[in-house]
Amino acid sequence: MTGLLTRASPQTLRLLALGLALLATVLFFATQIEGYLSPRMFTRISTSAAVVLPIAVGQAIVIMTRNIDLSAGSILGVTAYMTGQLLGTMPDLHPVLAVLFCMALGGAFGMLNGIIIAFGRVPSIIVTLGTLALYRSFLVEWSDAKTITTASLPGWLVDLPSANAFSLGGLDVRVTVLLALAAALVTGLALTFFRPARRFYAVGSNPDAAVMAGINAKRVVLSAFIISGAFAGLSGFLFLAKFGNITVVAGLGFELKSIAAVVVGGVSIMGGSGSMIGVLMGALLVDTIDNSLTRWAVVSEFWRDALLGGLIMAAVTLDTLASRQLTRLRKGGQK
Amino acid sequence: MTRLLTPWETGLLAVFLATLALNTAFAPEFLTVQNQINLFQLSIEKIIVALIMTLVIINAEIDLSVASIMGLSAALFGYLVNAGTPGGLAILICLAAGLVAGLVNATLIARVGIPSLVVTLAMLIGFRGLARVLVKDNSLGNFPAWFTDIGQKGLIGPIPLSIILFFVLLILLGMTLHRSSFGRQVIVIGTNAEVARFSGLNVARVKTILFLLSALVSALCGLLYAARLGSVRGDTAFGFELDIITMVLLGGVSIFGGKGSMVGVFLSILIILNLRNGMGLMNITGHMQTGVIGILLIASVLLPNLLGDFKARRRKDA
Repeated sequence: MTGLLTRASPQTLRLLALGLALLATVLFFATQIEGYLSPRMFTRISTSAAVVLPIAVGQAIVIMTRNIDLSAGSILGVTAYMTGQLLGTMPDLHPVLAVLFCMALGGAFGMLNGIIIAFGRVPSIIVTLGTLALYRSFLVEWSDAKTITTASLPGWLVDLPSANAFSLGGLDVRVTVLLALAAALVTGLALTFFRPARRFYAVGSNPDAAVMAGINAKRVVLSAFIISGAFAGLSGFLFLAKFGNITVVAGLGFELKSIAAVVVGGVSIMGGSGSMIGVLMGALLVDTIDNSLTRWAVVSEFWRDALLGGLIMAAVTLDTLASRQLTRLRKGGQK
Repeated sequence: MTRLLTPWETGLLAVFLATLALNTAFAPEFLTVQNQINLFQLSIEKIIVALIMTLVIINAEIDLSVASIMGLSAALFGYLVNAGTPGGLAILICLAAGLVAGLVNATLIARVGIPSLVVTLAMLIGFRGLARVLVKDNSLGNFPAWFTDIGQKGLIGPIPLSIILFFVLLILLGMTLHRSSFGRQVIVIGTNAEVARFSGLNVARVKTILFLLSALVSALCGLLYAARLGSVRGDTAFGFELDIITMVLLGGVSIFGGKGSMVGVFLSILIILNLRNGMGLMNITGHMQTGVIGILLIASVLLPNLLGDFKARRRKDA
């Protein structure tokens, strides 16, 4: 057993543990909730996780560079609202253009964050804590207390959440789920095989060494925040499609949800490591627990946030203790 | 120690006097005793927590869970009182709950060694969640009259207990930070925890004390807030951490630790209170005010950086 522990990479062990946790969660709720293992529940959880996944993917890239984006939830809200507004006035806009608009708008907000962080040398936690409030107040002013309603949206967008991409053994995979998965997959492949994307890891694991290796760390951090903003925008689009009715509180708390998915997914908060498969599993685990609790009769749904906080803490604590133990085992093995 | 005020504090003083002058010019009722008390009273819970947050940030840590602990303590009080617990006992239980919350934070940060940003972010969600569990979608009131009197009526003349508490803590924590050996330890650890450890300082002990204090003060302020409002909900004190951290950082405390003074934080508190009061008098909505505070937070770190760049460039040219 010790041999296996020391030979497998920590990242593999992390994913293994996460997979087991996910499986255990699903099995547990299957014994608790009647008709839990049904296609309906699959659709419910997968479409809900699809909204969180893109924003979590962006957050993961930012966290890999040793930064944090607390404004992502506000960016999600602003993009969802403004895109809803745009589609209300221009219902004939091509869907692809609508998605691109969302991502460009989110990217612009992210760029503002990135410029202040990278070139103004202000810590990301301060900047994004500020823009978390700033972008939200911008939305409140911009909206003029008006709400985007489903009635004002074009038909294709209203139908999008229930549109099926394909069915797999009775399970329906929605178009929105496919879109979110594609975003995670492309990012994951890029982070593994695309040279410039490897720089996110380099800057995160050792900023000084990265600079000495000739990497423009400022530009890398700036791109991380632009990507995070753009993915928050994509989540904004999926949020708009899923809910239809958008108020000024849209996306409130999504920055925490995305960080939860990322941290539970095994991306190190100290930067430099993490994988998109982990983020995908983290988002799934967080959303599975979230959606199952509302159906679980034993515990009131008000426990959701308390359990979410506890889950993040448990994941991080286990990870810290386990990796320390692993290092100790390895050192012992070398003697 | 040769200069009375640092350049940053002098700047803050100038900004404070300017806001004061503007407010007085625009609103004649601004300088009345009642408005001054109101001005403090409206944010009193936040500014008390900002005092202990100053020590936490100078120690190179951060506590994002303060507002959730405030909410949890307020919710717990509402829950206990409505379940028939006597008010005095309920207060003690709430403060004890605050200490337990602080112990959880402190253990994970100081003993297990997880970054405080992660721990307190998770607890921001977790403690807020517990507050929601306690009060659900309700608004709990029916507090004893003596309890709401503490929050709403003057203790000495028109000055309520919370304002007196603020000034007592300001002096007490200011003396602790700048004039005691514990304060020196806080600063040294904040400057370089590794060096502090090798110098024989008990880093874990100092951090534990700070996070316990931070949670205890937050729990107390949650009670003060409940007393002032007369009722609690699940979202009581939601988002206060932003304002609190802004006050500290605007006061010239470095987010990287090791630098900062209580005088600076006091001046920045005065500026923010006056700014909010002034904007309120000019009918600017709460959301816009929060946006302005957000800009202020970023500017308080960005401007000195840009100024430093500018100076460095001029020196190079000369």
